[in-house]
Amino acid sequence: MPEDRGGAGEWNEVPCVPFPGTFGGRVMLTFMASDSEEEVCDERTSLMSAESPMPRSCQEGRQGLENGEGAAQWVGSHQQSKASGQRGQESEEDHEEDPDRYVCSGVPGRPPGLEEELTLKYGAKHVIMLFVPVTLCMIVVVATIKSVRFYTEKNGQLIYTPFTEDTSSVGQRFLNSVLNTLIMISVIVIMTIFLVVLYKYRCYKFIHGWLIMSSLMLLFLFTYIYLGEVLKTYNVAMDYPTLFLTVWNFGAVGMVCIHWKGPLVLQQAYLIMISALMALVFIKYLPEWSAWVILGAISVYDLVAVLCPKGPLRMLVETAQERNEPIFPALIYSSAMVWTVGMAKLDPSSQGALQLPYDPEMGEYQGADSLSSSGVAFHHIQLSLAWPLREARGLEGQGSPELREPSDGLLSLSLAPCSHDTGHPEEDSCDSLGEPSYPEVFAPPLPGYPGEELEEEEERGVKLGLGDFIFYSVLVGKAAATGSGDWNTTLACFVAILIGLCLTLLLLAVFKKALPALPISITFGLIFYFSTDNLVRPFMDTLASHQLYI
Amino acid sequence: MTAAVFFGCAFVAFGPALALYIFTIATEPLRIIFLIIGAFFWLVSLLLSSFIWFMAATLTDNKDEPRQRDLLIFGVLISVLIQEMFRFAYYKLLKKSSEGLKSINPGEKAPSMRLLAYVSGLGFGIMSGVFSFVNTLSDSLGPGTVGIHGDPPQFFLNSAFMTLVIILLHMFWGIVFFDGCEKKKWYTLLVVLLTHLLVSALTFISPYSGLNLVLAYIILVLTGIWAFFVSGGSCRSLKLCLLCQDKDSLLFNQRSR
Repeated sequence: MPEDRGGAGEWNEVPCVPFPGTFGGRVMLTFMASDSEEEVCDERTSLMSAESPMPRSCQEGRQGLENGEGAAQWVGSHQQSKASGQRGQESEEDHEEDPDRYVCSGVPGRPPGLEEELTLKYGAKHVIMLFVPVTLCMIVVVATIKSVRFYTEKNGQLIYTPFTEDTSSVGQRFLNSVLNTLIMISVIVIMTIFLVVLYKYRCYKFIHGWLIMSSLMLLFLFTYIYLGEVLKTYNVAMDYPTLFLTVWNFGAVGMVCIHWKGPLVLQQAYLIMISALMALVFIKYLPEWSAWVILGAISVYDLVAVLCPKGPLRMLVETAQERNEPIFPALIYSSAMVWTVGMAKLDPSSQGALQLPYDPEMGEYQGADSLSSSGVAFHHIQLSLAWPLREARGLEGQGSPELREPSDGLLSLSLAPCSHDTGHPEEDSCDSLGEPSYPEVFAPPLPGYPGEELEEEEERGVKLGLGDFIFYSVLVGKAAATGSGDWNTTLACFVAILIGLCLTLLLLAVFKKALPALPISITFGLIFYFSTDNLVRPFMDTLASHQLYI
Repeated sequence: MTAAVFFGCAFVAFGPALALYIFTIATEPLRIIFLIIGAFFWLVSLLLSSFIWFMAATLTDNKDEPRQRDLLIFGVLISVLIQEMFRFAYYKLLKKSSEGLKSINPGEKAPSMRLLAYVSGLGFGIMSGVFSFVNTLSDSLGPGTVGIHGDPPQFFLNSAFMTLVIILLHMFWGIVFFDGCEKKKWYTLLVVLLTHLLVSALTFISPYSGLNLVLAYIILVLTGIWAFFVSGGSCRSLKLCLLCQDKDSLLFNQRSR
C-alpha cells in the first residue's frame, strides 16, 4: 500500500474531482451516468468510513515516522487500533487513514474487546445518523406524492423503458416490464463500465464536467418543474421575476454547497432534496410493473457489482486503491462529524509547528487535497484554531524535524473527518468550514491524561450513496402512489427499509468490508409492499369497518 | 371533517406515545433501533395473521355476512395469539443479543431488560396504533359527514381513544411480559394473553363503544399499576415522585424521628 507519507505526492496526483451527488437525470444520459456513478461510488456502508485505518497503515505509519514519537502519546491511536480490521478496501478510506498513520502507532495493551465495543457503540449512532436523512427524503417524497397530483399522472415514459404497459393481457404486460428492466439495467451497466474506463484513463475533467452538468440540470430544471407543480396544486400565483430569483438562488447555493464549500447541514439538505427530486422523476416516469422489476433487478445488480471480483464497482475500487486515490466522492451523503480534540491532541510534537505562521509549504502539501487555494487557507485556519488547544493541554513541543509530519498528520486529520471516506477532502472540508462544525472540532480539551475519554468523543461520519436514497424513496413513493390511498402499505415499506438498513450496517460491522446497501432493504421493502398491499390491507380495512381492534 | 378533528384525534391517539418517544427514546440511538425492531416484529406478526385470515377467507369462500364476521373474529383471535408469540420471540432475540452485547463490550452498560421491555412494548404499541388509526385519520381530513346513516357521530373520537388505550396497553404488557419471562413466571404470559384477548373481544362483543372504552381504560389502569410494581416501583417511590422530594430528604425525615 503506498505510503501516504509520501502522501504529498499522492495527494497532489489526486485531482480531487468533486463528484457531487448529482443525477443530472433530466438529460437521460447524464442521469444514467449519475445513476451508475452512484452505484460506482459504493460507499454505502457508512460504518466502513467510520472505522479507523487498517493495522497495516498503522504499521506504515510507524515505520514512516522518524522518531518513536512517543507512540503511546498519540491519543488517536486508540481510534486507529479500534478501526483495525474495520476498514474496507476502499482506497479513499485508506487515503484518509493515511494521515492518521502518524497516530496509528497503536496503543500497546489495548484490549481488543474495547475496539469492538467502540465499534458497536458507534454503530448505533451511525445507524441513526443514516435513519434521519433516509426518513427525511422519504417524507419529502411521500408528502409530494400524496399532495401533488403531477407525479402520479402518467405522462409518457423514459426512453429507457420503451415498452408500454397498457397491454391487454397480463402476460404481455409482464413481458414488457421485464424487457424494460433489461434495457434499463443494461444502460446502467454500460454507463458504469464507461465510467470505469474514463476513470482508468484518468479523464477526470470529463467526469467532473459531466457531474457539473448533471447537478445543474437537477438543481435548476427539476426544481423549476417541481416548484411549478407545487404552486399549481395549492393554487398560488407567482410572477416570473420572483420565480427566477427563487430558483436561481436555490440552484446557485446548491451548486456551491455540493461542488465547493458550504455548511455541512446545507450540503446534506441539498443532497436530500436532489435525491428526492430524482426519486420523484423515477416514480413519475417508470410504469408500475417496470418499477418493481427494476427495483428488484437493481438490488441484484448492486449485489453482483460490489461483491463479485469482476464487477465494475469492484474494479473501480481496486483501480482507485492502486492509485491511492479517492473514488468519486460526490454522490455520497456524508454526515461527517468532525474530529474532536482527541485528534488535535495527538501530536504534541506539532505544537511547535502551530506556532509557525501559515506555512505555504505545508499548506501546499495539504493543499493538494483541495483544488482551490481556499483549501489551503482552510488548513491554515484549522492550524491556528488547533493551536490554543494544544497549548491548553500543555503538551511539550518536540523538535521541528517532526514538525512537518505530525502537523501534516494534524492537518490531514483535521481534514480527514470532513473528507471522511469521501476521499475528497476539499469537498468535505467545506463542510467543516461552516459554523457548526468548528466548535465541535475544537472543543476544549479535557485536562489530564489525553486518554480514552477524548478518543471516545471522536466521532466519524457515516456515508451512504445517493443512489440508495433514491431507490429507497422510489420504493416508498411507489407504495404511496399505488397503494390505493392506503397509508399502511407506505408505513410498512418504510419500516422494512429501515430494518434492512439496520441489518446491512450490522453485517458491515460483522464482515468489515464494503457491502451494497440496496439488496436487503429493497428485498424487505418489496416483500412488505406486496404482502401488505394484498394481505394486510383487506384485513385491516375489514377490521376498521367493523370497528374491531387487534 | 375539519382540521380540528384531524389534529385533535391525532394528538389524542398519538400524543402520549410521541411524548414518551421524545423524552425517553429519541436521545439514545440504541433505544430507537430497538423500538423500530419491535415495530417490525409487530408488523411481521400482523402479516402472518393476515395471511392466515386471508387463507381462511379464500378457502371457505362464503360470502355470507355472519360467516364473514365469524371469520373476522377468528382472525382477530389468531392475530392476538400471534402478536403475543412474536412478543415472546422478540424477548428471546433480545436475550440473545444482550448476551452478545455483554460479551463484546464488558465495560459498556447494555440496556437492561426492563428498559428493553418498555422499549419493545412501546414499539409494538406505536406500530399497532398507527396501523389501526392512520387510515381513519387521513379520511378525517376529507369531506364527509360522520354517522349520516345512524352510526354514532363520535366515531373519530372513539377510535382515537381506543387507539390510545391500545398503545399504552401494549407498553404495559411488554413490561409485564418480559418480567414474567425473566422470572419464569409463566402465568404472567397467560394473563397478558388473556387480557389482550379481552380487550380485543370487547370491541366486537359489545356494540356500545362507550362501554368498551370504559372497560378498556379500567384494564389499562390495572395493567399500568401492575407494570409499575413489576418494574420496581413502590408506594414510597411514588410518593417521593409526587411530592417532588428526593430520597435523601425523605430518609432524613425518617431518621430524625
